[in-house]
Amino acid sequence: MKYLHLIWAALFRRKARTLLTLVSIIAAFLLFGMLDSVNAAFHAGSQSALGAQRLVTSSRYSIIQPLPLALASRIAAVPGVEKVGHANWFGGYYQEPKNVVFSYAISPEYLDLYPEIRLPAAQRKVFDATQTGAVVGRVLARRYGWKIGDQIPLNSSIFPMKNGSKAWPMDIVGIFDVSKDAANGLDQALFFHWKYFNEANAFGSGSVGWYIEKLANPAQADRVAQRIDALSANSPNETKTQTEQAFQASFVKQIGNIGLIVGAIMGAVFFTLILLTGNTMAQGVRERTSELAVLKTLGFSSRSVLAMVLAESVLLLLIGGLIGLGIAAVLGPAVTRGSGGLVNLPALPPSTWVDGIAVMVVIGVLVGTLPAWRAMRLNIVDALTGR
Amino acid sequence: MKRLLRILSNCALVLGLAAGVAVWSMLGWREALGLGVIGVLWLVLTRSGWRTLSVTRVGLSTLPQRLGSASVIVVGIAGVVGVLVALLAMADGFQQTLRSTGSDDTAIVLRGGSQAELNSVLTRSDVNVIAAAPGIARDTAGKPIVSPELSVVANLPKKSDPAVEANVQIRGVGQKAWKVWPNVRIVEGRKFKPGLRELIAGVGAEAQFAGLKIGKSLRLGGQEWTVVGTFQAHDAHDSELWGDLDTVASAYRRGSSVQSVIVKLTSPGAFDAFKAAVTSDPRLKVEVSTTRAYYAKQSEGLTKVLRIVGLVVGIIMAIGAVFGALNTMYAAVAARAREIATLRAVGFRNGPVVLSVMLETLLLAALGGILGGLVTWLLFNGYTASTLGANFSQVVFQFRVTPHLLWNGLKWALAIGLVGGLFPAVRAARLPVTTALRES
Repeated sequence: MKYLHLIWAALFRRKARTLLTLVSIIAAFLLFGMLDSVNAAFHAGSQSALGAQRLVTSSRYSIIQPLPLALASRIAAVPGVEKVGHANWFGGYYQEPKNVVFSYAISPEYLDLYPEIRLPAAQRKVFDATQTGAVVGRVLARRYGWKIGDQIPLNSSIFPMKNGSKAWPMDIVGIFDVSKDAANGLDQALFFHWKYFNEANAFGSGSVGWYIEKLANPAQADRVAQRIDALSANSPNETKTQTEQAFQASFVKQIGNIGLIVGAIMGAVFFTLILLTGNTMAQGVRERTSELAVLKTLGFSSRSVLAMVLAESVLLLLIGGLIGLGIAAVLGPAVTRGSGGLVNLPALPPSTWVDGIAVMVVIGVLVGTLPAWRAMRLNIVDALTGR
Repeated sequence: MKRLLRILSNCALVLGLAAGVAVWSMLGWREALGLGVIGVLWLVLTRSGWRTLSVTRVGLSTLPQRLGSASVIVVGIAGVVGVLVALLAMADGFQQTLRSTGSDDTAIVLRGGSQAELNSVLTRSDVNVIAAAPGIARDTAGKPIVSPELSVVANLPKKSDPAVEANVQIRGVGQKAWKVWPNVRIVEGRKFKPGLRELIAGVGAEAQFAGLKIGKSLRLGGQEWTVVGTFQAHDAHDSELWGDLDTVASAYRRGSSVQSVIVKLTSPGAFDAFKAAVTSDPRLKVEVSTTRAYYAKQSEGLTKVLRIVGLVVGIIMAIGAVFGALNTMYAAVAARAREIATLRAVGFRNGPVVLSVMLETLLLAALGGILGGLVTWLLFNGYTASTLGANFSQVVFQFRVTPHLLWNGLKWALAIGLVGGLFPAVRAARLPVTTALRES
């Protein structure tokens, strides 16, 4: 620590070069911050601890195949299932097809199964009592300027009403917030009563999109899932039950291997960065050969010279990297807010900061090692005479 | 006063550079080639051109001594170009796959309000009404060429990882399907027989999912089905499995309803009349578009997202690369300060000095651009990927590293080189000769 001012002075010995290098490092870590947080958001649902406590039961053949309502009471009777609810995908949009609203027709138990949805108790009461009531996430409400008490027409791209209308009237009776560990996009969801959906829907009644079960003990997930699937084995409605985590993970995998794409981009970026900062450090040490020799003459041990050069390169990476991640942390939410939730750049999760700092230290040590080694092995007499 | 002049001239430099990059980004390859030819001619034919060349040659001869810093420019720019071209090649490939599906002389009819087949339902009486509409082509027996279709989704294990199940689209087609989708050709095995639980697999689906080889059987809708053939259409249908409409409908308990009706029109010009007739019929409430327009629309969202991501990532990486290039070239100019000062002392003017530094940077940048494009082309051209499409099932597509994309990548590379080389070049020309000569 006491050498910090020395390291600092060495780092900014050539201001122009250090600043130019810093901008490159900032750009690299800005990109890292943005890509890694997007990647994390995609995988958030498949890693949330809450998702491990819930099972999802859907049709064995495909997610679009409905299940019978009669299954609800039979699932509830399976030992290990604490509570069961169900939902249907509504395919909603507001005013224009491009304004997609993540909307679900849910059973009364559904909101109890999701403790990450924070709906004030009073609003919950009104929701339960209102046939055409709907509760919406805070971000969604802000995007369209919906307030409690508004009646909105929500169109469905799948289900017309019995009276032929495509727009379903809904009363906004609650606006909920979501806890930090909620799946990405939950704060843009809309929930309304399955009962209303079932009664007013032009085709098919008594069909359920999927069931959600809360486990009494998450460790029993596999066994309970097998029991639930056994209920409908060899019937026309065979089911597939998995943890919500696994369900979400399979979804993300179907969109594409986002982790691989992000990894490939960051590989290219960091490879270049190593070359670039390595070059800067090598130049810096080469220029300072005689100064380092003076330090050694004054009694600095070879090891402390090595440590100082290493510290210098790590410091360079940390300054640039933290600024880059800082910009990413500010930029993401700003863009999200500016676009009213249309572009969803998530805030930087703690894991990105941890990974980012680890990468900074590793690259810093990597590029600092060779120059530091050279500085340590420096022969004082040779260096001072300029040989 | 001098200081003010310096600031003003710097501002002019930045503005000029911005204008130059803007013009450059809009140039087509012909104009750029012309510009290149003029540049080369000037270098070879004029006196100052000759001088520039000789100064550049001296600069390049010192390159081997600073391979490390020169490779920062080359690798940095290669990274930008590689990532940019790869992301855009993904967007192009996806768009191309969906755009080449369908034609202007076939139309798709969906239930009113549906944007995709998945959300649509039509009854058999709707189908009969649609088949009676004007503008539909007729076969030799005088029957309208119409294919009612059902599109369902099934879970199948992926080839790459059998533990992962993904959605595949199963299309139940009418008997006239081969006439409304003329691109679809059997490449192996045979067509399915109506009434039997037989399927044919598109080449894309066959490559992505396990167990779709001819002769294999699979369980769909609780029943055993046999794969009897493989087909290729060079479009989005390659990601699908096809079977007989009635058999698929009974397996998935869809009764007599279908999801879409594809009709063959007498000519592309007959579409408007057909659409007007069908949409104004009081018995129907439907959406009509040509199949080409329908599939092209499905590619819009993802293509746009991929392009924007490619540009944003490319721009951030380019900023990093510009500063890397600036760093390298400033160092190069500083290392050669004495030499440059000597040249100017013996009478070389500023022009050749500035241009030689720029030329050197542009050469390195071009090398990086070519390297990045080449690596991307080798790795990704024709690379097969799949994603979730509009019908909630996998769409298989291939990356397309087109010459157009490669040219764009080279343009980016040269633009980065231009920005990264200009300021160090000007610095080289501005160094006072006397101080530079005295410097050790």
